Amino acid sequence: MKTWITRHLQTAIGSLGRLAQQPGSTLLTVLVMGIALALPASLNVLVTNAQLVSGNWDRALDITVYFKQSVDETTAKHLVDTLRQRKDVKAVQFISAGDALKDFKEHSGFGSALEALTSNPLPQVAVITPAATDNMGSVIDSLSVELRTLPDVDVVQVDTAWVQRYLAILDAFHRVLGLIAVLLGFGVIVIIGNTIRLDIQNRREEIEVTKLVGGSDAFVRRPFLYSGFWYGLGGGVAAWLLVAIVVALLSGPVQRIAGLYNSDFALSGLSLDQSLGLLAAGIGLGWAGSLVATNRHLNEIVPK
Amino acid sequence: MNKAVPMIRFQNCFKRYANGREALNNLTLDVEAGEFAFLTGHSGAGKSTLLKLLALIERPTRGALLVNGQNVLTIKGDRIAAHRRQLGMVFQDHKLLSDRSIFDNVSLPLIVANTPVREIGKRVRAALDQVGLLKYEQSRPIELSTGEQQRVGLARAVVTKPPLLIADEPTGNLDPDLSLEVMNILRRFQEVGVTVLVASHNVQLIERFKARRIHLEGGRLVEDMGKSVMPDVVNVDEDEPREKTVYQDMPLDE
Repeated sequence: MKTWITRHLQTAIGSLGRLAQQPGSTLLTVLVMGIALALPASLNVLVTNAQLVSGNWDRALDITVYFKQSVDETTAKHLVDTLRQRKDVKAVQFISAGDALKDFKEHSGFGSALEALTSNPLPQVAVITPAATDNMGSVIDSLSVELRTLPDVDVVQVDTAWVQRYLAILDAFHRVLGLIAVLLGFGVIVIIGNTIRLDIQNRREEIEVTKLVGGSDAFVRRPFLYSGFWYGLGGGVAAWLLVAIVVALLSGPVQRIAGLYNSDFALSGLSLDQSLGLLAAGIGLGWAGSLVATNRHLNEIVPK
Repeated sequence: MNKAVPMIRFQNCFKRYANGREALNNLTLDVEAGEFAFLTGHSGAGKSTLLKLLALIERPTRGALLVNGQNVLTIKGDRIAAHRRQLGMVFQDHKLLSDRSIFDNVSLPLIVANTPVREIGKRVRAALDQVGLLKYEQSRPIELSTGEQQRVGLARAVVTKPPLLIADEPTGNLDPDLSLEVMNILRRFQEVGVTVLVASHNVQLIERFKARRIHLEGGRLVEDMGKSVMPDVVNVDEDEPREKTVYQDMPLDE
């Protein structure tokens, strides 16, 4: 077991050393791989941020509930209290008919005209902020449908159409992103596969001799798989750096735009999970590429 | 090693290549464990094919081949590699890796056999010592003479202490003195119990050794002489009269 670990370590370090001997071509391969990985990764960052933006717009997702004229303040308040208990409700702001009238008198300029009214024509109002979820659209829909069935409720006002559209566009974008990621991932496998194929050709003699002295297929394949691993790790790190650069370059302008909209929104980069995922994707693809190359080309080399 | 089981047994063995050439034609032959035998004949007589069958580089088309009691037809997949680890091989062009040190070249068979790291240094040096090249362990093959390179090839072939050693024209690129030196090293391996099979067409050299000669022509066994004769090692400096009595009448072409 100790020999086995030592052997693997030696092979891994040997593969790394071999790549370091040709820094130019290694760097180029790593960079190509990095760009291929960075493209879907940075698009993913943008989509994630776009989702965060929609999360920040929750004020616009409020549901306004107008109670029937016959409902007095106490009954309405009681109902508001029960609404506050709900899981899909984040907050409820209650505006009593009296408050609303006072407000209206002060700001509308119809103050004296309103004095003439014998009764308050305004209803009790509750403004509901739904709890933030990934699926805001359907939460709002079901909540508003339920509110409309309440006997004390007159009108439920909600405008989710634009939210639905926005989320649908993001969803479509996600699909496109997935597609791009799959295509570029395939591209990375081809790039690494081709690089490893050339490496196999260059080391033909060594492979032949190793097979002659009794090296198993697994033994012969191992250094190439480690090469794929290193390429993948390098590509993942390169992609991470590229994404970090993209985020750094965009964060200034984005902050300015957000400022113009009176928002404190800031562009967020890759999370730890996403960073590790990017590295894992790089390693996995590099390894897969070398696996394809070794499967296809190592068996062609037979001792003569 | 079981003496009753021959190290090598060809039984009505045929080898026909894809191009239709019949390289081995109904070969039946035993080589006992611990024997030293020369394999002679023209190029194209089937010497190399015979060795390739032993190393599982090629497979018999028909007939049976048993190496150390095992039918090679049953050896497949990763067991081919395992079979080659039981076999030392020496090549005319020595097949050393030019980008590695002598030590690394000789240690390769031990590394593929998963030998513990501690043991590798010891065994590589023992093998290099046997061929008199201990001081070159850190050199590159290119820094050595052709004869020395071939001796490194010998060290690599025996470093795992295989029961069977096969050599394909090991002296093909060497001058007479170096050839004799290499042959003597091969003979010494036999003395420690290794079965040695040497393909060579260097008649003058072979004649200096009292050893079995298996002569092939057109893939057939035409002569098999001096079986189980185990003579002494010939010294390079010794001006020994050539042994002609036994082999004088053999049809030789070179």
